[in-house]
Amino acid sequence: MRREAPRRLADYAPLLFPGLMLLVFFVVPFGTMTAVSFFRRQQGGFYTPDFVLDNYGRFLSPFFGNVLGFSILLAVAVALACVALALPFTFTLSRMARRFQVLWLVALLSVLSLSEVIIGFAWSTLLSRTAGVTNILVALGLMNEPRALVPSLGAVLTAMIYQALPYTVLVMYPALVRLDPTLLEAAKTLGASPLRAFFNVVVPALRNTLVATVIMVFVFALGSYLLPQILGRPTHWTLSVLITDQAVYQSNMPFSAAMAVFLVLLSLALVGLTTLVGRKDEGA
Amino acid sequence: MKTRWPQRLFLGVLALFMAAPLIIVAGVSVNEKQSLEFPPQGFSLAWYLEIFANREWRNALWASLGLAACSAALAVAVAFPLAWFGWRRIAPWTRVLQLLGVAPFVLPPVITALGLLTFWATTGFYGQAWTAVISHATFFVTLPLVTLTLGFSSIDRPVVEAAATMGADDATVLRTVVLPLILPYVISGYAFTFVLSLNEYIIAYMTVGFTLETLPIKIFNALRYGYTPTMASVTVLFISLAALVFGLIARHGDLPRLLGAPAAERE
Amino acid sequence: MSGLEIEGLSKRFGAFTAVDQVALSVTRGSFVCLLGPSGCGKTTLLRMIAGLEEPSEGRVRLEGEDITGLPTHRRNIGMVFQSLALFTHLSVGQNIAYALRIRGVASEAQDKRVRELLEMVHLGGFADRPVAKLSGGQRQRVAIARALAHSPRLFLLDEPLSALDAKLREAMQVELRQLQQALGITTVVVTHDQREAMTMADLVVVMGEGRVRQAAKPIEVYRQPADAFVAGFIGSTNLLPLTRAADGSALLWGHRVDGLAMPAGLAAGVLSVRPEDVRLQARGSGTLDARITFVRDLGATVETFLSANETTFVSVASPRERGPFAVGHTVGVALSAPQCLVFAA
Repeated sequence: MRREAPRRLADYAPLLFPGLMLLVFFVVPFGTMTAVSFFRRQQGGFYTPDFVLDNYGRFLSPFFGNVLGFSILLAVAVALACVALALPFTFTLSRMARRFQVLWLVALLSVLSLSEVIIGFAWSTLLSRTAGVTNILVALGLMNEPRALVPSLGAVLTAMIYQALPYTVLVMYPALVRLDPTLLEAAKTLGASPLRAFFNVVVPALRNTLVATVIMVFVFALGSYLLPQILGRPTHWTLSVLITDQAVYQSNMPFSAAMAVFLVLLSLALVGLTTLVGRKDEGA
Repeated sequence: MKTRWPQRLFLGVLALFMAAPLIIVAGVSVNEKQSLEFPPQGFSLAWYLEIFANREWRNALWASLGLAACSAALAVAVAFPLAWFGWRRIAPWTRVLQLLGVAPFVLPPVITALGLLTFWATTGFYGQAWTAVISHATFFVTLPLVTLTLGFSSIDRPVVEAAATMGADDATVLRTVVLPLILPYVISGYAFTFVLSLNEYIIAYMTVGFTLETLPIKIFNALRYGYTPTMASVTVLFISLAALVFGLIARHGDLPRLLGAPAAERE
Repeated sequence: MSGLEIEGLSKRFGAFTAVDQVALSVTRGSFVCLLGPSGCGKTTLLRMIAGLEEPSEGRVRLEGEDITGLPTHRRNIGMVFQSLALFTHLSVGQNIAYALRIRGVASEAQDKRVRELLEMVHLGGFADRPVAKLSGGQRQRVAIARALAHSPRLFLLDEPLSALDAKLREAMQVELRQLQQALGITTVVVTHDQREAMTMADLVVVMGEGRVRQAAKPIEVYRQPADAFVAGFIGSTNLLPLTRAADGSALLWGHRVDGLAMPAGLAAGVLSVRPEDVRLQARGSGTLDARITFVRDLGATVETFLSANETTFVSVASPRERGPFAVGHTVGVALSAPQCLVFAA
């Protein structure tokens, strides 16, 4: 069983099933979605095959501009906050004894596996009036009466950070676990305090990882379709919320599809950027 | 590196942050009355029984489990030949197919959900249960693909070569050497996908949400139309299951390695 | 003049003792090598001196000051790591200037010092080079220069030359020694290569299983090893079993070794004799007879593997001194007491 290039056509056989599956159920759906984005919407939730740019035209409205701007700002805020929190945490994690690392990893994976619905439910409960964290503050005497902390921008932001944090840690983990521990030690022997050594030496060494992680988390955060809806007001709705809303409740598939296509292009461009940044790092 | 108290504090705060919503949900799930209260008034495990006793929740449970089991199997079935080919052959352009396998996961799920919705609507199969299986399998194919690729790359090639010198042909090597070595990765890939499919909402909702209710869909509907502590007990069930599965994977395999760490040194 | 004082230093990891009650006294300005096989605790000891590991017990004093509780970055030491740990995001000059930069030294003074150090390690003009473009030997020198930039009072090196090829390593050993003598800085080097220790050190500290077996000048450790472990580690030696005769003399498998007596109180022991001190003669003469099982002719020397009482030992001689003995021959083996050392079993 030598590792060699395929010679006969039959050698390509293993690719048949996966290739077909991915083609039919991944590539084609994107095709249909793109096609639908050009269709004409009709009253009553139907749409006719057509080729109009109306749906894309709506991108130019101030409403859409607001939503897009807000979505991007929110995702940037989440990405930066998550990376800032995850960096010291993942660094500490990577230096722990193996069995403690495993414990934390199992916990993080478990939280990561939760769907947005459950996270939304959990946080709306945590911030509610009757069952929320304010009840504890009242019990401690710090507040007079319990209060609902939703809906609010703070709630949306916090829940999105909660959702993205395990993902951020796992994206950073490989690079941090492979970081040379003697770099930090060398800086300490040269007189840098641990904190200073961390910022002078560890952070610059991880520069490209950090940039790539911010981008990945940004794309991840853009995909939050429920948290802004459950925990925020309509002004807090993001692009993904709009996509779901238009597709399911407003029965406006073409517009929803158009926004989705836009989001795909944006995501692909950013992920492509990440791989470029990552490749540049390899030479160093 | 010894952990000093600022580090311990940071870890503690973070742990609290991660656990807080789940603690509250757990507390709410044992509340005696059907109201959202914390700390819980009274203690009752009724809401856990409800998952099995109440027909609607039970159906949703079966639907979720069935969907997860089938889609995970399909995802592994799609990923395996792909990963195998990448290991067996040197054919650089198949990197394209591998990239395609990773793509669904990297893009926001909403998009994949919408794409699949338009696809099933266009082909006329919209709403049928099996479309959810295919949809989930396609979306999650990245997970077994990554674990299997890692698994194959960890097979020491001299092992395969030694088998060949002892007279094993390709099929025998596959059966007696490769498959046993790759099995742990197959299992962990399946388990990862199972857990994530169980929890997944948006794709299930957009493809079969009107005909089939999975547990996450039911929770969402309950969120909108009427609160019941069963939502909380299902959440606790889900996270316990996830922790159990990942814990088992960790116990029998090298979890840090699966997530990108170099192979563990003997300790 | 007090340099480095180590008192009762131990390090335990759970049930495992890596360093066991080490006591050492190093004069200021001397060059010490911690020598031993892997796992003997020498690196752990060095790291405790540097403050990178916390001792389970014991104290470390540098020039009279107790530094045991001091964190690494306040000990004013210079350290070269096995991996070199150069900062790849900084240039050569910036690496070297790092310690000065964080101490707030003015940039002209930094540049001056960097130039000074580069000259000292024979890398003049390299200040603006990126670290990634350097050869192994060059990176080595940058690591040394960087560690010395802030004029530390202690210079620590952890297997600094292990990544270099043999020829370069030998050249660097000499250079390192000369550099140290020019600066007069107290230096501690960890190595598993006893030739390296013999070349560079004023004091060789042989360690085994976490304990100091012997701390003495290089030639003393070679000629008068303290026990069988040291004898076996430094150079090569033959270790053979001895018993006590009624009159107190030493018997090797029942054969008397001329002039060799067993130390008082020892009924059994180990004989250590270097291969170059094992002479081959005609059969029947000498201390005992042995059969030749293997001969390794290396050109400059010839190694003869001998077997007696199911034990193999080695004799080494130049081709001129050695008689025409071949594999299968039985020869007489001559051992003379002055070159034999007796240790407890």
